[in-house]
Amino acid sequence: MIEVRFHGRGGQGVVIASEVLALAAFKMGFEVSSFPFFGVERRGAPVTAFARIDKKPIRNRSSIYEPDYVVVLDSGLLKGVDVLEGLKPGGKVLINYPQAKKLEGLPDKYSYFVLDATSVAAAHGIGSRSTPIVNTAIMGGFAKMCDLISLDAIMASIRELAPVKEEANVAAAKEAYERTVEAKV
Amino acid sequence: MRTVMTGNYASAYGAKLAKVEVIAAYPITPQTSIVEKLAEFVSTGELRAKFIPVESEHSAMAACIAAETAGARTYTATSSHGLTLMHEVLMWASGARLPIVMTNVSRAMAPPWSVWVDHMDSIAQRDTGWLQFFCESNQEILDTIIMAYKVCESSGVMLPAMVIEDAFILSHTSEPVSVPDQELVNSFLPAYAPEYKIEVGKPMGFGSLVKPDQYMEFRYKAMLGMKEARDRFLSVEQEFKHIFGREYGGLLEHYRCDDAEVVLACAGSVASTAKDVVDSLRARGIRVGLARIRAFRPFPHQEFRALGAKVDGIAVLDRSYTFGAAGAMFTEVKASAYSGQNRPIIKNYIAGLGGRDITPKIIEKVFEDIQLVTKRREEPDVEWVDVAGLPRRWR
Repeated sequence: MIEVRFHGRGGQGVVIASEVLALAAFKMGFEVSSFPFFGVERRGAPVTAFARIDKKPIRNRSSIYEPDYVVVLDSGLLKGVDVLEGLKPGGKVLINYPQAKKLEGLPDKYSYFVLDATSVAAAHGIGSRSTPIVNTAIMGGFAKMCDLISLDAIMASIRELAPVKEEANVAAAKEAYERTVEAKV
Repeated sequence: MRTVMTGNYASAYGAKLAKVEVIAAYPITPQTSIVEKLAEFVSTGELRAKFIPVESEHSAMAACIAAETAGARTYTATSSHGLTLMHEVLMWASGARLPIVMTNVSRAMAPPWSVWVDHMDSIAQRDTGWLQFFCESNQEILDTIIMAYKVCESSGVMLPAMVIEDAFILSHTSEPVSVPDQELVNSFLPAYAPEYKIEVGKPMGFGSLVKPDQYMEFRYKAMLGMKEARDRFLSVEQEFKHIFGREYGGLLEHYRCDDAEVVLACAGSVASTAKDVVDSLRARGIRVGLARIRAFRPFPHQEFRALGAKVDGIAVLDRSYTFGAAGAMFTEVKASAYSGQNRPIIKNYIAGLGGRDITPKIIEKVFEDIQLVTKRREEPDVEWVDVAGLPRRWR
């Protein structure tokens, strides 16, 4: 089983990101479950969501405390939230972060991947220019980071789940996939 | 079609496949997406039903009662404070023998405010005369709604049912669900055709005043209806299995209970996690099992009586608490299992209130504890699990 935790803010599509992953894995033949933790469901407030992927049906309905992957949709959360809490040794982290800027102050026992999902989403006209919705772009990046999940499955999942602008969202995921790189800390 | 959906969508699809004719509902967290999805089905014409937006849950149930009295198959969904606001009219629905089906997204009661799961709202409706089915998965939610209409609309039953899904843990969790073909559902569930309904040109009295020489007979008949619901539920589930290939184990699901020394009894989504724990303990040679309470009303008394004769200890995990007594499930389990010759040790564990996570580790510790008190033949107290400030450490 692999377990994934998403960190973002209300309005970025954090919960949908976890659903996109679950549906993509399901399309690849895996059993899946994804669920949010809603605190205060307000725009801008920190939101956490989770996903489990396995070959056999998933029965554990407890929360995820030791994920294999962490996805951070808003790098501003790196200061206020312990996004690495419980991450398994050798775990992988994807952060919405400009490639040109150096990641600082993160432990080197994990692998980090960066992607400027905000720019990608904005370039494809997803959300407003001031607050782009970054979830579909970040999931393109996830396919790059995680060998288990293909970009094709992510794109098919987005096409099914995006309420509007399906093709722009799919294109954003594709571009994001290409722009995601491993970063040194 | 097998796809991925939330528990709330499973509820909406269940109602759609049951071809409900009237929906009256008021939105409340975390039930809202059930109502939104059904409103969408109605607006696109996928579901030919009358959608009645109302100003409160009390009115939602009142509208369902009126529609059902006129012979329409009706559905509503609510949660927590919405359900408790309905309390008065819930009594009316069952007393008037109206087979309404409702989803309750079980959520804790305030204060303090909480939008997360526990079963206090559902348990507080224990005596309203509604059937209550607790679900473990999104598939079971969809299937149980379809089965519930068939059970409730049986001429010998004619009582309403509550299908209960745990807030967020099921309502907002996406997982694979098989959506059956409409044709198959049609063959399983015929159109609603009540013996009595309000009809123009056929005057009849509904909900009239009855004097003391008649009232008890109405109550007696409702009791018989609930009794009939028990047998009817078992036969309907077998018929469901025959058509759809799925079953859930009757009123009380037994999971690895054969040769078990102690079992955990619980209801709702926690049973799913507990099955993983049972498997891992069994792999270590520890003889444990799980008794999942699917129906709280009618309660599986006979099943618990039989189970009590076989096991040494039963841990009853309640996700609610009845002040001044104990967990409501515990009281029922003890009453059933103590009516036989063999008296197992039965201990009550109060856990997971207001959405507190019940982890596999906690369930494992409950099993350890029930084994210990069973060995010592202790008459145990009610134990509150994972509460700050108490001496025992659960995590």
